Amino acid sequence: MVKKVITGNYASSYGAKLAKAQVIAAYPITPQTSVVEKIAEFVASGEMEAQYIKVESEHSAMAACITASQTGARTFTATSAHGLTLMHEMLIWASGARTPVVMTNVNRAMAPPWSVWADHLDSVAQRDTGWIQYYCESNQEVLDTIIMAYKVGESRDVLLPSFLTLDAFYLSHTYETVDIPEQDEVDEFLPRFDPPYKFDVEDPHLFGSLSFPHQFYMEWRYQISLSMAKAREKILEIEAEFKKTFGRSHGGLLDEYRCDDAEVVLIAAGTMASTIREVIDQYRDNGEKVGLARLRVFRPFPVNEVRELAKRAKVIGVLDRSYSFGYGGAFFAETAGALYNSPDEPVIKNYVVGIGGRDVTPSTVSGILDNALSLKEKGLDREIEWIELKEGGD
Amino acid sequence: MIEIRFHGRGGQGAVVASNLLAMAAFREGKDVQAFPYFGVERRGAPVTAFTKIDDRPVRIKSMIYEPDHVIVMDSSLLKAVDVTQGLKNEGVILINTDKKPGDIQGVKGKIATVDATAIAVKHGLGSKEAPIVNTAILGAFAKATGIVKIESLVESILDSAPAKKNENAKAAKEAYENVLIGGE
Repeated sequence: MVKKVITGNYASSYGAKLAKAQVIAAYPITPQTSVVEKIAEFVASGEMEAQYIKVESEHSAMAACITASQTGARTFTATSAHGLTLMHEMLIWASGARTPVVMTNVNRAMAPPWSVWADHLDSVAQRDTGWIQYYCESNQEVLDTIIMAYKVGESRDVLLPSFLTLDAFYLSHTYETVDIPEQDEVDEFLPRFDPPYKFDVEDPHLFGSLSFPHQFYMEWRYQISLSMAKAREKILEIEAEFKKTFGRSHGGLLDEYRCDDAEVVLIAAGTMASTIREVIDQYRDNGEKVGLARLRVFRPFPVNEVRELAKRAKVIGVLDRSYSFGYGGAFFAETAGALYNSPDEPVIKNYVVGIGGRDVTPSTVSGILDNALSLKEKGLDREIEWIELKEGGD
Repeated sequence: MIEIRFHGRGGQGAVVASNLLAMAAFREGKDVQAFPYFGVERRGAPVTAFTKIDDRPVRIKSMIYEPDHVIVMDSSLLKAVDVTQGLKNEGVILINTDKKPGDIQGVKGKIATVDATAIAVKHGLGSKEAPIVNTAILGAFAKATGIVKIESLVESILDSAPAKKNENAKAAKEAYENVLIGGE
């Protein structure tokens, strides 16, 4: 184990290297580019034994990853914002083809107006593509999640692609201390990718064929839904195993912090969760029963964990760094949806925050917590609130 | 937690400076965080970067609004940017200039100065027109604040400076010896 001070992007590159990704197909986009630049250096120097395919678009990057995965190769790519949304068609193909590609997505706002800063719309908009989605809080989590994501995605009862996300600049370009595990430890934890079916001239199969309505298309999709449900247990199981080997873990699907007796809980994803922890501690020092439930995995959604949380909390504030025009943030809508068929009815409010990289400071979080605490007595004031809009912004 | 804000211009190495400072503190057993306020960077445009240093894990992931210390890598920024915004009372403001601290007008606080430009040029860092002053200014910062030891800084430079490691290390040491520290 070596401790280094590296960026989130480089943590991704080290993660892919330690996982021994065999095929990397990538196209540059800010703020992701240094992920694949570093991997290109690893490949060029011989530190990493992989095929590095330079493609003409993100759509092709994903197409190359899917095809390589179907030959039985472990594949990796990285993208951001417009790159991820250009891949959309191929993302659905990747899950349909049951290829456990792993990808880093640097969460960046969508234009117009142009913005290269943190915003979750790019990845949230991929909700229905059949990808497992992890939202990272630290550079350490980025590196560790890549290794775990391969093991989860490649397990025979899952066989689905995964991406992990890093907030633009808050992780991608931020230097933090990261434990880089030893290669032999990773090798022992993560066996070779061994798919049940692959392109093999000695053992031919047909991939991606046509299915008429009376045939098995519907069952094929149903099986994906079963595998995605199975991924819930698999993520927890493999994280427990990871902890045993490497001595650290990152909180499963819904990473609870000081939630045990909390009356007010904030649900949030990405780097703002780290800032929220600090503020939660300050409020706890003043005797306020507040907690954080970090949405680490958005797909599969942690339905059971959210329901357990609702048994205890009186107010749940859901922070969304993206917005679905026409109703509210997706994290909010999913949380509310998960609780509709549960007997517990906490007040649920949506705080829309940090859009386009607007800084989420401790004072931003305090404002939200103060409001959420006030809802304990008075009940819901507004269902959805945009936080710290500039004067004249409405 | 100690929070340091860097003001520089694109090409001077402010972002690398924030990283090297973090790495030096990390060598002394601290937890660190370093990051730029990322504009779409252009040579000569104002750049801001941040370093946070703490004995316990650094968790706040937002920009620095109330820095403990400020580093100004180009004295022309004093007119363009409010470099002391939010600066804490005891904080040092370290400026790259050939002037003495007492000759700096219009800046409140504990001023330190160093001619990082001349030092960088002398050691062949960057060009004469656009010298890379980041390692020199860090050497001066180590002396002016004592937040990191010059030895840790030099080790970080030798380990992680992107180019001319020895020249950068020498520049840091020379600035360490030559920084001028003013009164309140």
